[in-house]
Amino acid sequence: MSIIVAARPSPEARTSPAFRFAMLLPGGLVTFFLILFALGLVIFLAFRSNDGSLLGAGLTVENFVTVATDPLYWTVTLRSLVIAGLVTLATVVTAYPVAYYLAFHADRRRNLLLFLVTLPFWTSYLLRVFAWKIVLAYNGVLNSALIESHIWSEPTLAFLNTPAAVVVTLAHAYAPFAILPIYVALDTIPKSLLEAASDLGARPFTSFRRVVLPNSMPGVLAAALVVFVPTVGDYVTPAMVGGPSSTMIGTLIQSQFGKANDWPFGAALSVCVMLVILCVVLVARGADRRFGSRA
Amino acid sequence: MSAARLDTNASGRWLGLYVLAYLVFLYLPILLIPLFSFNNSIQAAFPLQGFTLEWYRTLYGNPALSGALANSLVIGAIAASGATLCGITVSYMDLYGRSPLAAAVSAIARLPILIPGVIVGISLLILVNLIGLGPSRIAIVLGHILVALPTTVVVMRSRFAAIPKTIREAALDLGASDWTTFRRVMLPLSAPAVLSAFMLAFLISFDEFIVVFFLAGTQPTLPLYIWSQLRFPRSLPTVMALGTVILTVSFIIAGIAEMLRHRGLGAARRPATANPA
Repeated sequence: MSIIVAARPSPEARTSPAFRFAMLLPGGLVTFFLILFALGLVIFLAFRSNDGSLLGAGLTVENFVTVATDPLYWTVTLRSLVIAGLVTLATVVTAYPVAYYLAFHADRRRNLLLFLVTLPFWTSYLLRVFAWKIVLAYNGVLNSALIESHIWSEPTLAFLNTPAAVVVTLAHAYAPFAILPIYVALDTIPKSLLEAASDLGARPFTSFRRVVLPNSMPGVLAAALVVFVPTVGDYVTPAMVGGPSSTMIGTLIQSQFGKANDWPFGAALSVCVMLVILCVVLVARGADRRFGSRA
Repeated sequence: MSAARLDTNASGRWLGLYVLAYLVFLYLPILLIPLFSFNNSIQAAFPLQGFTLEWYRTLYGNPALSGALANSLVIGAIAASGATLCGITVSYMDLYGRSPLAAAVSAIARLPILIPGVIVGISLLILVNLIGLGPSRIAIVLGHILVALPTTVVVMRSRFAAIPKTIREAALDLGASDWTTFRRVMLPLSAPAVLSAFMLAFLISFDEFIVVFFLAGTQPTLPLYIWSQLRFPRSLPTVMALGTVILTVSFIIAGIAEMLRHRGLGAARRPATANPA
């Protein structure tokens, strides 16, 4: 056996250096310069003080001290985390039954339904947020519909420019992100496991709780991650439907690179966001491993 | 057993209704944009006033709009080409290169999914200022390659992985070089996915806002133009007419990309089982 393997060189061994170099060049350049080097610059800048020049001056942790001690930044950071957490929770909880239906009940309609739930993702995000603005506005769709149908007598300001508006809009925008990973996880559960559970006398709810749910947790965690990450730094939605009471960290970062013109401080805020995301990723990984060992 | 099946049918019906309601939630807000784009009123509110094509007429002969559109198309085409080229090579080397470097490049290429758009925008802003480019169209192209890269890598990776390993090995065993195998065997077999990756990358670039927000110089792209128009209540109906056109075209492109992806996967399985005659 080993002789046969040795007699026929494996195809991988034959890749020529020139081929490897040419094939790795474009991706290598992009990943090194655009991702690693650019992110390194942000981290470097975060430890500089602002003297108006492009890369700042000196080496200091002053920016981080400000972030940690100024209550304004605490408030906004905590708010971003709470809003992103609520969006993640709402999106995953509402997406789960859809993914469940796709995996276990959709049959021939599966491909069509999968296409329908992912389609909005490929259309303009800006327009989807704008759509929620015209729904929630004072003289908008929801208010006018409520008055037209005599449920309400006067338009209310309570919809737009609230954290709730941000949560609903983001949950709507990131819905396709949540459905896909959960569906993939549910789809890989062998049907024989469910049959075994039912043969052993488990009621449908018990087999859902003890078999389906634990086995789908990797998908749930992946979904939570891909919803949480873009949400926590989102700029467009708080700016358009959030109002001043729901300023999020993305808005603060933008203003440091715009009006405030304090790039090192903006970089420090960005590093903090990346640290938060790193923590969330690590927690998700740890949880994933726990569920993996149990399943 | 039959009792259990009955139960799943009943719960399936309830779930079906839930999915229907979910689709309504997903599409209703989006469909308001086309609805109000034909409404003869500046206000986006019920009751509808009357049918008009006036807002679509204002789209014609608007130099700022056509400039932004041209800009978006050019940037989208170049960025999608770059992202697709990187997606093809990165995923090919990841699967067949068998080197830690290729695996690392592939992992880093999918990293931007875990970086919020604001941070992608500012990191590139610092970078392009450092190398003396400054905000420019080239900077936007680089940013969009980065934003679209995870998608093209994932699409191409699953496509290459679906091609039976034996096909590539057969080509190599018959004496074809790496280049020939890649160009004459692997690339044609994955052509539908290449097109699909390109279209999805184009849509991502065409729609991308926050990176452009940081990197745009004097020439805005379409999303930036829309953003600037949203401040003026008078121009909202025009934005909705423009939005309707964008939504329609995006739906069509995404539909074609989806079809290509499925057709590609179907074709990938066929050579493995097909009768050689």
